[in-house]
Amino acid sequence: MACAASTKPVGFDLDAPWRLDAQVRVRPEAFGALLYHFGTRQLSFLKSPALLAVVRSLGTQPSARAACTAAGIQAGDLLKYARALETLAASRMICQRGTA
Amino acid sequence: MSAGALSLADQFAYGLASPICLTWELTYACNLSCVHCLSSSGRRDPRELTTGQCTAVIDELQRMQVFYVNIGGGEPTVRPDFWDLVEYATGHDVGVKFSTNGVKITPGIARRLAGRDYVDVQISLDGATAGVNDAVRGRGSYETALRAMRNLADAGFAGFKISVVMTRHNVGQLDAFKALADRFGAQLRITRLRPSGRGAGVWDELHPTAGQQRELYDWLVAHGSDVLTGDSFFHLSGYDGALPGLSLCGAGRVVCLIDPVGDVYACPFAIHPSFLAGNVRDPGGFAGVWQRSELFARLRRPQAGGACESCSAYGSCRGGCMAAKFFTGLPLDGPDPECVKGHGERALAAATAAPRPSSDHSHRTAPHRPAPHRAGERRPVPLTLSARPPVGARPPVTARPPVGAQPPVTAQPPVTARPPVTARPPVGAQPPVTARPPVTACNANPLAGFAPGR
Repeated sequence: MACAASTKPVGFDLDAPWRLDAQVRVRPEAFGALLYHFGTRQLSFLKSPALLAVVRSLGTQPSARAACTAAGIQAGDLLKYARALETLAASRMICQRGTA
Repeated sequence: MSAGALSLADQFAYGLASPICLTWELTYACNLSCVHCLSSSGRRDPRELTTGQCTAVIDELQRMQVFYVNIGGGEPTVRPDFWDLVEYATGHDVGVKFSTNGVKITPGIARRLAGRDYVDVQISLDGATAGVNDAVRGRGSYETALRAMRNLADAGFAGFKISVVMTRHNVGQLDAFKALADRFGAQLRITRLRPSGRGAGVWDELHPTAGQQRELYDWLVAHGSDVLTGDSFFHLSGYDGALPGLSLCGAGRVVCLIDPVGDVYACPFAIHPSFLAGNVRDPGGFAGVWQRSELFARLRRPQAGGACESCSAYGSCRGGCMAAKFFTGLPLDGPDPECVKGHGERALAAATAAPRPSSDHSHRTAPHRPAPHRAGERRPVPLTLSARPPVGARPPVTARPPVGAQPPVTAQPPVTARPPVTARPPVGAQPPVTARPPVTACNANPLAGFAPGR
């Protein structure tokens, strides 16, 4: 299922359930990971293994916040992870669960 | 950018688990005989990979998560199994962009392609007019390319690529190329002429003049992300700063070439035993070559910039293109032959004999080719392939570099501190953010369709 383009003007809802887009593949690399979206033909880079852990667990955690906690992200670092996830949402790499 | 953290470009310089950008030339057979062909194509090689060997490579690419492959040749569409291989690749999580002169892009094929996800098409065109194009690519090739573009546009294939090698004869047509792309709803891609393959024989006469290089740089700055470049003009960053994209030679680090017989080279412009890393038919397969070849290991180590390191532009241009230096007889730790500071011209004057491209599948007779029609050119484009060395003088295609011989890779620029241009700007403490690729495209063929950052 492809992600619909986000209509949210700003911000990232950490308390919503998220998942990777079905057309996205993840390739782990030493620096983090490389993401490829087969639909948009866009490439993105996850610049840390911790962010990769967050992204990988999005689909099984009740919220993005829970995914961050599960990956060991400290509260003080949450904002920058939220920004990173917002970037991924804007490029349709991830989307909220339940969206078409 | 924090001092301790490696930039993404640095990470790339040390190599990746799999290539980001892989060029796969499926055949040396071609209906054309372009004077600058990087792979000296024309005749099929009897040792070319079979359909079964090709699908085995695709299986391996899927396992390695190479998401995208740039298929070329030769003219790949003349392989009878070409469409089946495209189908097989896209069915196995390997997207395809293929380069073609358009000869097989009929209305029916165009409709079929327009209905496919994961397939992109790149039509080669080296002149915005038939005169300029056909002088390089052969009589009738302009009309063939335009027919293919019309067919794609009529079939509703939006955003296919028009790929142009920049020469002395077509730099002045940049606006016309852009207009042509806009007319067909296509995207323009321009790349650098390299002295590789048959290009070695015509490079002196076809490569842009110093004045044209400046014109090209200014045009690229003005057009920014509308135009793909394969990141091939990073040597021009010595003017007033880096162009968008990866200012770094990606050979063996993020790119490589699989040639029609399965040989793996560091880059598509380096078909020579010195840059041969292995063969996909070797026991470890392509993955073994990518991960364990001695050549690639050397390319991924920090490299010395040699004479260039003291230059003010070195931080931007990184010494330029390895293949361009190699095939013009320049040392790899010296300036690019088209160095914007003029160091290349001086070096060329002192250069010794350049290594010859090592494999030649050219047609044995050159097709008729109209002379370039533009007035005021210094010399005409050579019409024959007479610049090629005699057959007996060529090293065999599959020759491996002598065991003791160091491949000439010690001159790769060190890739220390320079952030990729299109990566996100540092904003306070933001290490774990995602970044757009610092590759708008890559050497061989862009990560086409990978739109540059923002």
